[in-house]
Amino acid sequence: MINLYEVQETNKMIEESNLDVRTITMGISLLDCCDTDVDKVCDNIYRKITTYAKDLVSTGCDIENQFGIPIVNKRISVTPISLVGSSCCKTIEDYVKIAKTLDKAALEVGVNFLGGFSALVSKGMTPSDRLLIESIPQALACTERVCSSVNVGSTKTGIDMDAVKLLGEKVLETAELTKESDSLGCAKLVIFCNAPDDNPFMAGAFHGVTEGDAVINVGVSGPGVVKRALEKVRGEDFGTLCETIKKTAFKVTRVGQLVAQEASRRLNVPFGIIDLSLAPTPAIGDSVAEILEEIGLESVGAPGTTAALALLNDQVKKGGVMASSYVGGLSGAFIPVSEDQGMIDAVKAGALSLEKLEAMTCVCSVGLDMIAIPGDTKATTISGIIADEMAIGMINQKTTAVRLIPVIGKTVGDTVEFGGLLGYAPIMPVNSFGCDAFVNRGGRIPAPIHSFKN
Amino acid sequence: MKKTIITVIGKDTVGIIAKVCTYLAENNVNVLDISQTIVQDYFNMMMIADINAATKDFDVLSSELKAVGETIGVKIKMQHEDIFNCMHRI
Repeated sequence: MINLYEVQETNKMIEESNLDVRTITMGISLLDCCDTDVDKVCDNIYRKITTYAKDLVSTGCDIENQFGIPIVNKRISVTPISLVGSSCCKTIEDYVKIAKTLDKAALEVGVNFLGGFSALVSKGMTPSDRLLIESIPQALACTERVCSSVNVGSTKTGIDMDAVKLLGEKVLETAELTKESDSLGCAKLVIFCNAPDDNPFMAGAFHGVTEGDAVINVGVSGPGVVKRALEKVRGEDFGTLCETIKKTAFKVTRVGQLVAQEASRRLNVPFGIIDLSLAPTPAIGDSVAEILEEIGLESVGAPGTTAALALLNDQVKKGGVMASSYVGGLSGAFIPVSEDQGMIDAVKAGALSLEKLEAMTCVCSVGLDMIAIPGDTKATTISGIIADEMAIGMINQKTTAVRLIPVIGKTVGDTVEFGGLLGYAPIMPVNSFGCDAFVNRGGRIPAPIHSFKN
Repeated sequence: MKKTIITVIGKDTVGIIAKVCTYLAENNVNVLDISQTIVQDYFNMMMIADINAATKDFDVLSSELKAVGETIGVKIKMQHEDIFNCMHRI
């Protein structure tokens, strides 16, 4: 039988180390909502989401109360809208109309974000895909809860550089249209390489076409718990360090598995996957950077950072995989700058640069995340940064992503405040040398060779 | 049978167990096991209880117990045992 010590350990993790389940995300297929009339499509979408997800938030709250574990977010992901709207959307306004419908449905069921205003264009764009991408700035500016993502590359197909170029421009346009709120629109736009179909985390969640009608995916978290556990093995060798991370990740993931199964049973929706991630929040003690510092770095960004992160990421997976029957999504340590107090401090102290962050993304999920850059950064420079990150994902057969926020009217030295879980960030300097001729070439980068691995 | 774990943490004082048990008895909650320690005047108790025959729902019991705790200056938490089983038992 469970003993007092074990009960205390679990409750201390929850109360003192911010252990939580980061998100229960219900994936809903909207493929059966297609029609040639955009109003009809909007009606279908609204009806399906509000029917399927009507009990999502209340069920999440019940589980939270009965197990005593906070479930921070309840969210929805839907089929990439460029597929749903392909036969009815003839103009940008048509896509914006669908975005507004999604926003209304999200508000109705009480979720804080809904992901899937997306297009998958890793090899090329259909007219519908292009139209959706064109509509992103307006869609994000006039909605509150809708998140957008575009997959522009994959290991199997290469990188669609036309889409990369277009998205550099759209990121800037989104920033411009939402400049009143420090270009917040860009925090809801992610550009992917090798995007997973079952990711529960925003802003990049969408319900892939390989998925069933509806599914429950759960994202776990718990950087604070790992940090606390590592404090107890300070100075010990790497073997002990890794063992400690694995055991902790196992415990954290088991809670996620329990919550996922309960949610799936109560909502009568199949359980999809657990995303084994260390997702930080701006709360004190809920930081991935602090784990890296506990491992032995003076500040995140110092030499050794990439190795420490590689080790952390791998041990989290090794511990978590055994704790859950189905693992998927992004699964890894997240390194968003604005959402992690340790990262913010490192940037302020000059220890962490954009280039070091790029190196770190080679060994962890997901990518250049929540990074504020000067508002006068050129569109081609943004495209260049996207292309670099996509290349890392393509060659290393992993998911990478870019979520940059060019903050209009601000520059290096300023700070930008997004609020809530999105946190705040100092504006980071960007390499000022141009890459216009590279980005403007057009076409695509071919898929890499899959043999002769070394 | 689903069991419930009730934890009580706070500064030690006279009658904590009595108060909690009285409330549980009034609501037909059966206590299966109690373990308790006091570390540096800090009271730490865990009860395993069966609420299947209880007169009130889990959520009501949970919030009322919390309120009982507040009247005697301790923190009372009620949770399904599954969260502990999943974490500590394979």
